[in-house]
Amino acid sequence: MSRSPVIETRGLTKHFGSHRTRVEAVRGLDLSIGAGELVALLGPNGAGKSTTLRMLTTLTPPSSGTARVAGHDVLADPDAVRRAIGYVGQGNGAGHQQRGRDELVSQGRAHGLSRARARERADELVADLDLAAVVDRPTIGSSGGQRRRLDIAMGLVHAPDVLFLDEPSTGLDPQNRAHLQDLVRRLHAERACTVVLTTHYLEEADALAERVVVVDHGRIVADDTATALKSALGDLLVLRLADPAAAARAATRAERLRGRQGQPPSVTVEDREVRVRVAHGREAVAGLVAALAADGDAVGSLEVSGPTLDDVFLALTGRRLREDGPGSERSEETAA
Amino acid sequence: MSTTTGRADPAAPTRGRGPDAPRRPSWLGDVRNVAVRELAPLRRQPASVLMAMMQPLVFLALFAPLLPEVPGGSALQWFVPGIVTMTALMGASFAGAGLMDEMLTGSHERMLVSPLRRSALLVGRALKEVVPMLAQTAIILAVVTPFSFDLHPAGVLLGMVVLSLFAVGVGALSLALGLVAHGEPWLFWGVQQTVVFPLLLLAGVLLPLDGAPAWLRVLAALNPMTYVIEAERALFAGSFPAADVAAGLVAAAAVAVLGLLVGVRGMRRSA
Repeated sequence: MSRSPVIETRGLTKHFGSHRTRVEAVRGLDLSIGAGELVALLGPNGAGKSTTLRMLTTLTPPSSGTARVAGHDVLADPDAVRRAIGYVGQGNGAGHQQRGRDELVSQGRAHGLSRARARERADELVADLDLAAVVDRPTIGSSGGQRRRLDIAMGLVHAPDVLFLDEPSTGLDPQNRAHLQDLVRRLHAERACTVVLTTHYLEEADALAERVVVVDHGRIVADDTATALKSALGDLLVLRLADPAAAARAATRAERLRGRQGQPPSVTVEDREVRVRVAHGREAVAGLVAALAADGDAVGSLEVSGPTLDDVFLALTGRRLREDGPGSERSEETAA
Repeated sequence: MSTTTGRADPAAPTRGRGPDAPRRPSWLGDVRNVAVRELAPLRRQPASVLMAMMQPLVFLALFAPLLPEVPGGSALQWFVPGIVTMTALMGASFAGAGLMDEMLTGSHERMLVSPLRRSALLVGRALKEVVPMLAQTAIILAVVTPFSFDLHPAGVLLGMVVLSLFAVGVGALSLALGLVAHGEPWLFWGVQQTVVFPLLLLAGVLLPLDGAPAWLRVLAALNPMTYVIEAERALFAGSFPAADVAAGLVAAAAVAVLGLLVGVRGMRRSA
């Protein structure tokens, strides 16, 4: 990344509780995010994503380490950080008893816009985010998807350099989640601002972010583009053969496969089934099937699947990310 | 990676100079913003001021008729200032519940990440309590004036200055309690009820404490609300006894100062 970092953390650490009952939420995070990046912090509930975001947005002071956002230290100059960032938390930024338009104007005033400018700005956002049907009645009557759009509008009032979104799509149905992802992509493209979001939806990180930072147990376990993370892992081939002996022969052949960079495959056999994880498996599979056929071992059935970020997470941590599945409750750690 | 850097948001507020460039609001600007925001639901739905008034109106309708006539004026003349003060106490003591609601739903967090000063978040909310208090007093006076209650506007006006200070102080203390309770409604309401009712009874809202046992009178003397009510009773009757009015003013101001100090401290520590 040649661009100068907009977010930079060094050994960022947060623990909660007293000495005995200490919970290490974030452990020595070193993260550098350049201007204009769109980054997803991906991890299961309790991984430390939200705590990290809360430290970057001045809501929670770090226990140790430093974080600079938009050129300002979060501890030394939280006010300057707050002026530079937009924040869309897990809850609703607009008060439930309030009208959306009033809240947009109030937020604009808080950021130092004149009354006229704040009203104008509210109008612009209402038009841009399709909120006309929502903002002139109490927020509590709006749907989850509408409220989320309003929350995002609240975060954009002052056209921030950096926009943080904490689990933006949690609690939304698949259609609204797709709309939200389109919106975030569009805003990022149009506004040239840095976007950092947390998610425990793999699909979201995959579809949305240019860069995925995988967090587990308060540490970064991987940091790359989704494509690079996945291609490093390789494709999965599942071959079914006539009998276990044929499967064993097929496994021996499969072990000789090499990815383009020469990485060895990982091969497991179970009864008549052979599972091969290998880089660029799609290209290699035709040759493998042909070679097996030449040996007289016909492949009964064949599945080829590209790696998912779930597979990446499993490979990195030994656990699946989606044990709780989508639609689970709001995440963890809105801690004490 | 994208090459969008430099393509600025055309709708963005103008950065740099110019009459429309964002300028950090003054502290008073922040306070005003918070108070105006707090008042928006009331402005949109004025009937909501009646919400905190059910109890006092019930007392006026069902308890006031039981009062014996007091020497030197009607029972209502004696009772109404207490009920007005009670309404102020009740209304302001709910302030923290509104804040807790916003802590749970997320708008408080959003405001904590905005450039609004922490102290303004507290002071603006506490100051807002004055508006429903004045509206509620006006309603009570409108209800009782056709009966045996004589309206003395000058006294009532000065009484409202005293009561405004008291309401701001109670509001700030309630907000501090809401911050401490941090999303545990039982804790907030438990403490609120435990504090509000003894304060009311010990201030002689319902019955005079003249015939009370000595220990009760000591407790009453320690209750700042006692002095506020004494002052209100004199002022609402159209008299201005300097000592009583001063005592009420000092007691109300003390509650305001204490409440704002505790509240601002709590808000600064708010995560």
